[in-house]
Amino acid sequence: MTVAVSRKTPKHETSNERSREVTAGQPLLKVENLRVAFGNTEVVKGISFSAKAGRCLAIVGESGSGKSVTARTLVGLTGDGGRVESDRLELGGTDLRTLDERTWRGIRGNEIGFVLQDALLSLDQLRRVGDEVGEPLKLHGWGDRRSRPERVVELLDSVGVPEPEMRAKQRPYELSGGLRQRALIASAIALDPRLVIADEPTTALDVTVQAQVLDLLAASKERGTAIVLISHDLSVVARLADEVAVMRDGEIVEYGETSKVLRDPQHEYTRTLIDAVPSEHTRGIRLVRGTTPSAPRTRRPIDRGRPLLEGRHLTKVYRGPDGVDRTVVDDVSFELFAGETLGIVGESGSGKTTTARIALAMLEPEGGDVLLRGEPWTTLSVRERRPLRSRVGVVYQDPLSSFDPRWTVERILADALSRGPNPPSGAAARKERVVELLEKVGLGAHQLEAGPLRLSGGQRQRVAIARALAPEPEIIVCDEPVSALDVSVQAQVLDLLTDLQDDLGVSYVFISHDLGVIHHMSDRVLVMKDGKVVERGTADDIFTRPQDPYTQRLLTALPRLEQAS
Amino acid sequence: MTSVAILSPSVGLHSLARFRARPSTVFSLVIVALVLVAAVAPGLLASGTPTQIDLTNALAPPSWAHPFGTDEAGRDLLTRVIYGTRLSLGIGLGATGIAMSLALVFGFAAGLVGGVLDTVITRVLEVFFAFPALLAALLVIAIFGPSVKTSIVAVGIGSMPGYARMVRGQVINVKQAGYIEAAHALGHSRWKVIRRHLFPNAMRPLVAVMTLGVGQSIVWASSLAFLGLGVPPPSPEWGALLDAGRLYITTSWWLEILPGLVIVLVALAVTSLGRTMQHRLEGASR
Repeated sequence: MTVAVSRKTPKHETSNERSREVTAGQPLLKVENLRVAFGNTEVVKGISFSAKAGRCLAIVGESGSGKSVTARTLVGLTGDGGRVESDRLELGGTDLRTLDERTWRGIRGNEIGFVLQDALLSLDQLRRVGDEVGEPLKLHGWGDRRSRPERVVELLDSVGVPEPEMRAKQRPYELSGGLRQRALIASAIALDPRLVIADEPTTALDVTVQAQVLDLLAASKERGTAIVLISHDLSVVARLADEVAVMRDGEIVEYGETSKVLRDPQHEYTRTLIDAVPSEHTRGIRLVRGTTPSAPRTRRPIDRGRPLLEGRHLTKVYRGPDGVDRTVVDDVSFELFAGETLGIVGESGSGKTTTARIALAMLEPEGGDVLLRGEPWTTLSVRERRPLRSRVGVVYQDPLSSFDPRWTVERILADALSRGPNPPSGAAARKERVVELLEKVGLGAHQLEAGPLRLSGGQRQRVAIARALAPEPEIIVCDEPVSALDVSVQAQVLDLLTDLQDDLGVSYVFISHDLGVIHHMSDRVLVMKDGKVVERGTADDIFTRPQDPYTQRLLTALPRLEQAS
Repeated sequence: MTSVAILSPSVGLHSLARFRARPSTVFSLVIVALVLVAAVAPGLLASGTPTQIDLTNALAPPSWAHPFGTDEAGRDLLTRVIYGTRLSLGIGLGATGIAMSLALVFGFAAGLVGGVLDTVITRVLEVFFAFPALLAALLVIAIFGPSVKTSIVAVGIGSMPGYARMVRGQVINVKQAGYIEAAHALGHSRWKVIRRHLFPNAMRPLVAVMTLGVGQSIVWASSLAFLGLGVPPPSPEWGALLDAGRLYITTSWWLEILPGLVIVLVALAVTSLGRTMQHRLEGASR
């Protein structure tokens, strides 16, 4: 995608456009000792940083680090009950601390653009995209009724929205996620603000779309805009940011040039975060570093004889609300051998989850079948299949919804144990086995009585893995098992999965949209697009010598840690 | 209360302590407790008997001796209201029970089986909805004649469609939950999944709705009785009291107003408790 340079006609120049004679690198936003508290809880504990014109500062952290609160505070939207204190909070010489709401409104959109994670929530569903994008123009008295729509079309065009005239007339829900996010960025940069704050702008997006959005922000940076990027994803940071501040528990633990911080982290936490990013370099080693350098995995040999699970020419067709049939899985074949991990990677709508559900015999395919150890599996009747179900386990993306809200951890796991080949008899034996399972996944007896709601995201996914393991399956289908988790928790869960494979020899069908995770986990990989397998091969072949143009495009779009310039 | 909570800080007491926070809830609890006592042991609340006739004291206005006044036969109205509680509450509970039982059958059949059966049941329910519920109840009474049992059945059938539609929605909702698929993936039988996951989770929000329904049913049964089609006189059922008092409304207002107020208060109290339960259950589920 090419990014057209802003095509402003001179007569439409805004006031700050003319005064934009700042040289790149000059501090624009200065923050010193910023503190934000809600009630008695301090969530931002005295942080200092500055954003410079034409440069991008990334604030990196996991959930609860205070990064989003910081972002909102910078635009005067801390939220109800938030108490803000600072020694300095300045935008190009203006003290932001003493502003009233009216003055803030004059600054937001005009001097500071704000891009949020979820464009669908940020854009009013009932208004046309053009009106939403043009809102800041109208608010700040730019142009008139006739010139504004023209400018909106220009803006949409400049952020790479195809057919901008038509898109401007549509409503947000008629646009894809990527187009919506681009429209939101168009709105944020409509008045060419000196500072753009982007809070997780690409988190909900597919990797190719993410690359386009990052390019847009980079182009805006080239034009002299200062960018504050809030993100949990170090790879994204590496691609865009010049400087990075690592936040944890409301404090900045490390702050410096991106390339320096990522190559040679000084703080232990930064190091943990960087180590936790799965990629080709982490294959075969654990992501969470212990006190000693982690030993390589001790894999059991993969049995390449007869496949354990074999899908043959699977096809699934859904009829859309418009009566048109859509082939969501189109002639997909795969085989999974004992002891290996088969990765299925693809963007949203590629049919990877549907393939998984067919493999689990949860969904009947229109064509093709799946064999389990060479025997029929999907073609069996429900009654014939039931006793075999314990041989194929499943871990879902959202563990919470996969637990009955009324059940305790003990009951969930005891129930799963009862499906295994040797179910425990008697309450004491059952409890012992449940505790054994919990310990296997890094939890303990004190979690027995907990309901799923009281567990953290990582703990829930561990319980989900324990449940899948309980009936001693040969295969576990993992459908995006870590995409809802923070990086460091994701690392723990991925380590747990590889450890269990080394211990028990279980095979995985591992589904993810995250190429790094797939490369880290898989022995062989299927790349899916629009329901078809476009490429298959060993992980190393796919990631180092991709043959299919789509795979090549995916890999080019993939942000990597080592891109830090 | 606080000291008790400190002495034995059990979960039950904590939730009781939270109940106390809302005065409306406390008020509703007191009324419901009184209603229960009146239903189980009316003798504790009233000294006389509901059928004690004292013609010298007929149509006496409220006084210390007769707080609710007396009716045309000189019977103490408060005593009659108290003794009528068991009947009215029985009708409320019975009718809700019947409505819910039928609703469970239809709702689960429609929601679980789906397809043609769902379409048929949904259409039949829509036909029921098109009838005014009172008309449906009148039809039952026209066939079987007015009595306590017919009142219960009539009100039950009349209010069934609403419940059935709710049950169906709940079943369809819970059917799609992740834990249902997870249970199937473990190889549990369909019936076991329904019994252990689908039924209890689908029923959870309905418990509160049923409480709301009891208050509603009492009002309905009273309306039927007021039309002279419910429990026949001289029974002290609340609606029947209203019906009997109708003739004297211009001279003896208390015969209408006071029992009417009792009906309104009880229905309000039960409804308020139902709402509280609903909030608490929904809060706990997510």
